[in-house]
Amino acid sequence: MNSVSFRREREATWVELELLVARIEKEGLPALPPDDVGRLPVLYRATLSSLSVARAISLDANLLAYLEALAARAYVVTYGVKRSPVDAAVRLLRHDFPAAVRAARMKVALSALLLALGVVTGGMLTTRDPSRFYALVSESSAQGRGPSSSTEELRNVLYHRPSAASLLSAFAMFLFTHNALVGMTCFATGFAAGVPTILLLFQNGLMLGAFAALYTERGLALEFWAWILPHGITELLAVVLCGAAGLALADALLHPGRHTRRRALALQGRAAAVIVIGSVAMFLLAGLVEGIFRQVVQGVHVRLLVALLSAVAWPLYFLRSPAAAGSP
Amino acid sequence: MSQPRVREIVTPEGVPVRFVVARAGDRLGAFAIDGFIIVAASVVLLLVAVPAAAALPGAAAAIALVAFFLLRNFYFTYFECRTGTTPGKRLVGLRVIDAHGGMLTAEAVFARNLMREIELFLPLVALLAPEALAPDVPAWLRLPCLAWLLVFALLPFFNGDRLRVGDLVGGTLVVRRPEVILRHDLSATTPTARGPEPALLAFTAEQLDLYGITQLQLLEKVLRDAYRNRDALAPVADRIQRKIGWMAPAGRPVEAEEFLRAFYNAQRTRLEQRLLLGERRQEKRAGRLSRRP
Repeated sequence: MNSVSFRREREATWVELELLVARIEKEGLPALPPDDVGRLPVLYRATLSSLSVARAISLDANLLAYLEALAARAYVVTYGVKRSPVDAAVRLLRHDFPAAVRAARMKVALSALLLALGVVTGGMLTTRDPSRFYALVSESSAQGRGPSSSTEELRNVLYHRPSAASLLSAFAMFLFTHNALVGMTCFATGFAAGVPTILLLFQNGLMLGAFAALYTERGLALEFWAWILPHGITELLAVVLCGAAGLALADALLHPGRHTRRRALALQGRAAAVIVIGSVAMFLLAGLVEGIFRQVVQGVHVRLLVALLSAVAWPLYFLRSPAAAGSP
Repeated sequence: MSQPRVREIVTPEGVPVRFVVARAGDRLGAFAIDGFIIVAASVVLLLVAVPAAAALPGAAAAIALVAFFLLRNFYFTYFECRTGTTPGKRLVGLRVIDAHGGMLTAEAVFARNLMREIELFLPLVALLAPEALAPDVPAWLRLPCLAWLLVFALLPFFNGDRLRVGDLVGGTLVVRRPEVILRHDLSATTPTARGPEPALLAFTAEQLDLYGITQLQLLEKVLRDAYRNRDALAPVADRIQRKIGWMAPAGRPVEAEEFLRAFYNAQRTRLEQRLLLGERRQEKRAGRLSRRP
């Protein structure tokens, strides 16, 4: 019988593949010696071809089910994620993140526009009527600051110098985790047709505008911007990028183009996720600057210099970094 | 229990491979295990952090907070990047694959796990502490908010592939890890060792043209567990013998199992030959042949 001799000839390959796949499933591909890794694609292709042949010539149900399952398992380990998380992160920051941002530049511009619109609106509203500050800034963000605070109190916040230990805890607790969560939410809510994303961007702008108006009114404008911009440029840029990622999701959902909605969402979603992961790294950097540098360095000029540096460095990073070599 | 849903994925080599989509209950179970691990790890972290915080106030708490953040947000990403499963999924027997047959990329894993924020954490906060989500909203506004968030959280129950928002955005699919044991070939162990000369149990082409693939594979199932099905063997053999009009050779009794194995071999050979010629007969034909000694 054809199918019997077919099985007799090929069975050793299948068993070898089965053992190899079981080991990879347990230990992961990187743990394997190179010789075994080299065997995987050979055995995988041989088994796939066995599956095709078996479908054409064999009626042994157990054999067919076995080959089907083995091919599926081998496919999963062969086409699973191959890089370690660390390698993936390095590659992402060096190539994929800037490339994804470049590709989404129109959405980045739109997202930045929304944020800027919020800043201008918040600033104008608060300048006209300072009591609106309370409507625009939530209590937890204001931390006691407001139109009723004295100028001296407001200035003290800008030059506050806490102890070394609370520096780090302030950095960790509020700044990084909170901001990163806002960024991730900006992205994730893009799935709701982008409406919450737009609102979040605008609202963050409103808050910043309200603060700026408050400090400007007291003649602390330069010092305020020197206080906020060293980390703020990085942080606001990260918020804008997360917003752009959210808008990309919304775009895929609303305008899938030639693809099905599901396919468009998957395609855009992956590129957008790269942007968000890169932004989380930016939030981390901003948190470090905000938590440590700003508390240690008090000079307005040094602070503005750092702000300027970051304002130059980010465009350079996004525009000049080389495109990824080879396919992912 | 409903029939498992099967999705066909075409591999880059162009061969379709079938996967069984994970059921909602399995995924919930896997998530419960992963959630338990995250909570347990957080408790351990806390037990270490509290004494450390006494010695190093601020710094220890800060490191613990960052660790919590990373644990909550990157636990799934880390494990899925490495092996395509998390400890919880592995225990339940699930895997993440690319829904379109490509390679499961790190980006897809990032994307599917970033969405957890609106699928799980936001609805959870909305349910438990709506005032934390939006401090000044009137009470009636919370209801539509809640409904909207729940739609996301319950999305997997509204589509056959049990896709959550993260799967849609990442283009991934969660499937059961297939597991089938290769058993011996029934046709390779022909009854020549203990049985009669094959000629005595021969069948005519006419007799072999009555049954189809469905019946052949049913017979395979019966024979693979011949010991457990020993009571069923005689009635099955009897039905087949009557349909194909077969009679035992004179003076030599044939046991049911012996007959069934011989018939399985002959029938499979016949159907596989027809298959090679392009005829795939799935079902049996009606009617029976008259008995001829």
